[in-house]
Amino acid sequence: MMHKHLLGLENYPAEDIQTIIDTAFSFREVLDRPIKKVPSLQGKTIVNLFFENSTRTRISFELAQKRLSADTVNFSASSSSLQKGETFKDTAQNIEAMKIDAVVMRHPTPGAPLHLTKHIDAIVINAGDGIHEHPTQAILDMTSLHEKFGYLKGLKIGIIGDISHSRVALSNIYGLKSMGAEVTLCGPATLIPPHAEKLGVNVNYNLDEVIEWADALNVLRIQRERMGGGLLPSIREYRNLFGITPERLENHKKELVIMHPGPMNRGVEIDSAIADSDQAIILDQVLNGVASRMAILYLLLGVKEEEGKN
Amino acid sequence: MNIAKLKKHVVLRGGTVLDPVEGTEKKGDVLIENGKIKLVGKVDSPKSAQVVDCKGLVVTHGFCDVHVHFREPGREDKETLETGSMAALAGGFTRVCVMPNTDPPLDSPESIRYTVDRAEECPIHIHPIGAITKGQDGKELTEMGAMLAEGAVAFSDDGLPVTDSSMMRNALDYTTMFDIPVINHAEDMCLKKNGVMHEGTVSTHLGLPASPDITESNMIHRDLELTELTGARLHVPHVSSAKSTDHIRVMKKKNEKVTAEVTPHHLFFTDEDLVTFDTNLKVSPPLRTEKDRKALIKGVKDHTFDCIATDHAPHTIEEKEGTFDLAPFGMIGLESCFGAVNRVMVKENKMDQVSLIKMLTTKPREIMGFDNNLLEAGTEAELTIFDRNASWTFSVDDIRSRSQNSPYVGQKMFGRVKYTITKGYLSTI
Repeated sequence: MMHKHLLGLENYPAEDIQTIIDTAFSFREVLDRPIKKVPSLQGKTIVNLFFENSTRTRISFELAQKRLSADTVNFSASSSSLQKGETFKDTAQNIEAMKIDAVVMRHPTPGAPLHLTKHIDAIVINAGDGIHEHPTQAILDMTSLHEKFGYLKGLKIGIIGDISHSRVALSNIYGLKSMGAEVTLCGPATLIPPHAEKLGVNVNYNLDEVIEWADALNVLRIQRERMGGGLLPSIREYRNLFGITPERLENHKKELVIMHPGPMNRGVEIDSAIADSDQAIILDQVLNGVASRMAILYLLLGVKEEEGKN
Repeated sequence: MNIAKLKKHVVLRGGTVLDPVEGTEKKGDVLIENGKIKLVGKVDSPKSAQVVDCKGLVVTHGFCDVHVHFREPGREDKETLETGSMAALAGGFTRVCVMPNTDPPLDSPESIRYTVDRAEECPIHIHPIGAITKGQDGKELTEMGAMLAEGAVAFSDDGLPVTDSSMMRNALDYTTMFDIPVINHAEDMCLKKNGVMHEGTVSTHLGLPASPDITESNMIHRDLELTELTGARLHVPHVSSAKSTDHIRVMKKKNEKVTAEVTPHHLFFTDEDLVTFDTNLKVSPPLRTEKDRKALIKGVKDHTFDCIATDHAPHTIEEKEGTFDLAPFGMIGLESCFGAVNRVMVKENKMDQVSLIKMLTTKPREIMGFDNNLLEAGTEAELTIFDRNASWTFSVDDIRSRSQNSPYVGQKMFGRVKYTITKGYLSTI
């Protein structure tokens, strides 16, 4: 692996992404065994440092760590309590002083994981920094696409919804672009970031055209707090324009793969009939999340190649 | 840095005297007697005179900065009038105007008097700028007449824009009685929201909340039109964008009461430098694109901008070591100013040095109504001596401010201040 840390997928080498995906497939086999544990990271200590609420990502990381036999510690703090007392630097250095090998961090501020690398020697894995990046989510999305299609190069992916406030979208864009896929962003103009085209993607406000074009859609969660705040008039309006409904998909006579990073707002950005259908690979994404994170931890925590991958 | 009282006779020997009033450069000596200019030209050293070897150096007016934050009273942990003076001397500045966003703010005749009295004890000349509104809350005008009588030289709610257009109009109307400049930090806070950087390709990459260039240019345009309406004097601080520069250029053609400043950091850095998430580059208004930087450079060359001002804004390491969203806006800039602007304007953009020096000496003094005949016999010696060809790298050791929030550390500088003379002291940098 070229980089010590996994902070984001911007300028992350395509070969390394491919290595992670390939390794994730090996770990998928482990997860299908009756005994789902391997000793790969025995003796390694990993801290899960979560400054923002998370259920899925934290459980997924924790399971990945336990499956690899690493010792794990969880730390949760709201960023507001951090503001009042200890500085970010002190928190980081205190944890470092306890002799740990890696930190998995989620933080509400873009750049916080990079900031952390300046204060500690341990390996840092970004589990989401504000609306900047969420690289492990993008990698598990790409692993799932690779599993489904057998390749990534040339795939046409539509990312639907609130792009502006989505770290999932940004990391997916960087990752998919470097793996040779094409990306179209589709959502309300108020929720598409300015200069999005400069990221090397297409922007199209017409969902039907994007469905016609795409091989797969990655449907993002639309947060209810965005409604009525000047960015979106109403849930009804959003659903009419951008909701993934059976009616809308039936108009297009093609098999489209549907993804969602969760948690879903059923009946808002995606209807249950679609979310629970065969074309949705949402639960595969969850399983691949554990496998991908196992791969990332395994590759970054420096286990030698010859020791075998499972 | 060494600060020593001037001897009875001091000779600045063998330098080039750059007179920004006349716009000339001549080889010559300067004789200072009892802290006052005695003679410029060929000087025979009086016996026991202290001789400062200025061979290869340029002697000119002391630099003047109309926009600094010295944090006193209230945040003496960041800077005081005393420590700020040291930073100024290290940068060749002999005279500064301090912004009123202290705690409490300089919004009364008493607080202006306090600053003037404290400044007496400092080794540079310090002039307070009074707040436009009481408590800087944009609602009630301050007692401007009484504040001027105590020593205020201009009015500003700096850091906080005067958002209410009718209040801004009132402030401009009211100051026409005194003919002194009103300085408005121009950012439309409704458009800015929680923006911490310029909105553009880079902010999209970094995922940081951002605000577009018109956040600034909109309000500058409003202020320019209000100035035309009222006949007041407006000084536009820290202009950051191409659009704002255009508005000012157009208005200056028909209204000579408009002046504007540009900072070294907006001429030196762009939003692309933020990819390191260095909080020392978090500044308000934000660093913008290379296109904006080029437009500012053009504005310096074609006199759209009258002066260079540092917006020297000290913050503690603890505050700046936080994450990007929590770190306060601002960077220090006095010590690095000359090496930075001289590099950008003279070395990289072929501006003549006399014109640049005017923007650091005569032009800012004109805006504030300060004396400009600094090389005339009988005037108190207020001089800066610099090496125009020095190539050097700015380091933490060059900082004299109480705070260290400088993004220039490690940056290449061109031109270096060697000595500063003011208030009867010779500072060797």
